[in-house]
Amino acid sequence: MEEVSLLKGNEAIALAAIRCGADGYFGYPITPQSEIMETLMAQKPWETTGMTVLQAESEVASIYMVFGGASTGKKVMTSSSSPGVSLMQEGVSFLCGADLPCLIVNVMRGGPGLGTIQPSQSDYFQSTKGGGHGDYKLIVLAPASVQEMADFVDLGFTLSSKYRIPSMILSDGAIGQMMEKVVLPPFKPRQTAEEIIKQCPWAATGKPANRKNNIISSLELDPSKMEKKNVERQERYRIVEATEVRYDEYMCEDADYLIIAFGSAARISQNAVEILREEGIKVGMLRPITLWPFPSKVISKYAEKVKSMLTVELNAGQMIEDVKLAVNGKVPVLHYGRMGGIVPNPEEIVDALKKQM
Amino acid sequence: MSNPIINPKNLVYEKSSVLLDNTMHYCPGCSHGTVHRIVAEVIEEMNMQDKTIGCAPVGCAVFIYNYINVDFAECAHGRAPALATAIKRLNPDHLVFTYQGDGDLAAIGTGETIHACNRGENITIIFINNGIYGMTGGQMAPTTLVGMKSSTCPYGRDVQLNGYPLNITPLLAQLEGTCYVTRQSVHTANNVKKTKKAIRKAFENSMVGKGTSVVEVVSSCNSGWKMSPVKANTWMEENMLKAYPLGDLKDK
Amino acid sequence: MAKVKGAIEVDIERCKGCEVCISACPSNVLAMSKGVNTKGYPYSYMLNPDACIGCASCGYICPDGCIRVYKIKI
Repeated sequence: MEEVSLLKGNEAIALAAIRCGADGYFGYPITPQSEIMETLMAQKPWETTGMTVLQAESEVASIYMVFGGASTGKKVMTSSSSPGVSLMQEGVSFLCGADLPCLIVNVMRGGPGLGTIQPSQSDYFQSTKGGGHGDYKLIVLAPASVQEMADFVDLGFTLSSKYRIPSMILSDGAIGQMMEKVVLPPFKPRQTAEEIIKQCPWAATGKPANRKNNIISSLELDPSKMEKKNVERQERYRIVEATEVRYDEYMCEDADYLIIAFGSAARISQNAVEILREEGIKVGMLRPITLWPFPSKVISKYAEKVKSMLTVELNAGQMIEDVKLAVNGKVPVLHYGRMGGIVPNPEEIVDALKKQM
Repeated sequence: MSNPIINPKNLVYEKSSVLLDNTMHYCPGCSHGTVHRIVAEVIEEMNMQDKTIGCAPVGCAVFIYNYINVDFAECAHGRAPALATAIKRLNPDHLVFTYQGDGDLAAIGTGETIHACNRGENITIIFINNGIYGMTGGQMAPTTLVGMKSSTCPYGRDVQLNGYPLNITPLLAQLEGTCYVTRQSVHTANNVKKTKKAIRKAFENSMVGKGTSVVEVVSSCNSGWKMSPVKANTWMEENMLKAYPLGDLKDK
Repeated sequence: MAKVKGAIEVDIERCKGCEVCISACPSNVLAMSKGVNTKGYPYSYMLNPDACIGCASCGYICPDGCIRVYKIKI
C-alpha cells in the first residue's frame, strides 16, 4: 500500500529530491521556501543516499554550485524565492549557454524588489521569457498541489537531462506553505560514476586517455560557430514545444467560457468554475502545467469554441500575453489578478467572469 | 650542423605531455603560459590527468582548457570557487583547482573566494595577480598599486578616488579553512621551481582533505603595463614584490 | 672546467620571441634570431652553444613551453 504523508509543499520537494536520487542541493535561505533546505539538512541524506546538501553564501554562489555539479553530470538542484531567483539569473543564463541540466525551484513571493513574503505569480515573465541575457528557455513546471510539488522534482530532472535544458518548478508561497496529503515517489538510487560517464559523455568527469578533454563552457568567439550552437539549441526548444506540453482540463468539454490559470490561482479558479456551473453557466478551466512549453495549441483550439477567456493570475497580467498570442484575436481574453501577496477568493473570480459575459 | 648532445637519451627538460600542442594565445612573455606549463607538469607528475577537473576563469586565461589537457568547467566572472566547491564535494576523489586573476578573485568574486576558503573546501585556488585587467584592455584591478597607471586610472591609482590595493592573500591566510597560503612568482627560473613546488603541495593538500590551498602568483602583464616582457619582469620585482612580498603566509 | 655540457632545442613555431629565456640564462648562451617564424616572431637560438651547461633555466621560464633541454656529463 502506498504510504500517505501530510506535508508542506516545500517539505515534499525536499523529500522527493532525496528519493529521486538527486546528487546535490545548494541553496540560500529565503522566505517562503526555507523549509526545503531545512528539511534536507534535518534528513541528512549524505548519510543515506550520499546526496550533498550545502548552504551557500548567496544565491549567486548557489546557482554556480549547481553549475559546477551539473558540469560533472550530477543531478543537482537549488531553490529560492523571487528576489533570490533574480540574483540567480546570471547563472541561469550561463547554465543554458553551457546546456547543463539541473533543477531550480522558485517558490514565488510578491515583488518587485523585496516586495512581500506572501504568495505571488509575478515571476511568470522572468521564468518563461528568460530572466537573464541571451536566447534561452527553461522548462517551467507549475505545480498546483503538494502532490505535484513532489512529483515534479523527478519530472523536472528527467526532462532537464533529456534535453540538456535547466528545469524550473515555478511554485508560490501558498503551495510551498500549505499542507496536504501526498504520496512520495519511490526511492531511486543515485547514478554511479560509470552510469554518469555513459549517459553524460559531455561531462567533466576527468579525462581518460581515449578522449579529448571535455570543456563545459558557454563561450565561443567564432560567430559562425556561436550561431550554430544557438541554432542547435533553438531546434531542441522546438522539439520540447512539440512533445512536452502538459496541461489539465476541468469541465472544458462544453464550456462557453474558459478560465486559464496555473498553480495556486488554478485551485481557486476551480472553485469558481464549480460555483458558476451550479448557476448554470458553462465554464471550464484549462490549467497549464508546463508554462514553457506553453499549451498554445489547445488554447487556440478552444478559441474556436468558447465566447471568451479569462486568465486568473496572482500578478498584473503576465500569462495573458501568451494566451492572447495563442488566441490570436479570435475571442476576447481578459485578466483577473491580485497583487501584493493577496490571493483572490473564488467569488471575485466568479464576478470577474460574469462581467465579461 | 646537428649538435650531438641533442639526443633523446640526454633530455633533461621538455614541456609536459599534459600541456597541449596548441600555441597559446597569450602575449609574448605572459606569466599565464609559465603557470599553465607548471600546472600541467604537476598534474603529469602526480599522475592525475584523468582525475583532474579545472575551473577556468574569465579574462585572458579563459582559454586555459585549450592548453592544459584536462576536463574543465568554464566559470562566470568570480564564481570559480563556487563551482569548485560543488565539483569537489560531488567528486571527492578528483583533483579540483580554480585558476583566477585578480579582478576575478579579489573584485567580482571576493565573496565566493572568502567563503570557499572559510569552508575549507578541498580545492586549490591558483591566483594570478598582475595588478591589471588584461583581457578587457588594461583597466584598474583591485590589486593595482598606488600610483600605477591603467586605462581607468590613467593618472595613476589615487587612493582618494580608487581606494587602496586589496592585499587579499593575507586575509585568506587568516581564515580557519585554509591550510596553505603562499605567494610566489615566475619571473626567474628559481621562482618557477618554487611556484611549481607550491602548486604540487597545494594539490596534494586538496587530495588528503587538509582544506583550501591558495597559491598566489605575482605576475606580469607586459601588454597591460606597456613594457617589454623582460622589462615587465624587472618592474614587477621592483614594484609589485614590494607591495606583495613572496613567501609562505600559512602552512599548517 | 665545466663538468657538464648542455644544449637546447627551440620549437621555432611556438616561440614568440619574448626574450625571457635570454634574461634567465646564466651563461649568456641565447640570442634572438635575425629572421622570423611564420607568425612573424623572432625566435630564441643558441648563439653561444659551447657555453650551455644544460641548467634548463630557459626551459623552466619559457611561457610557451618551446624549449627542450639536453645535458651530458663530460
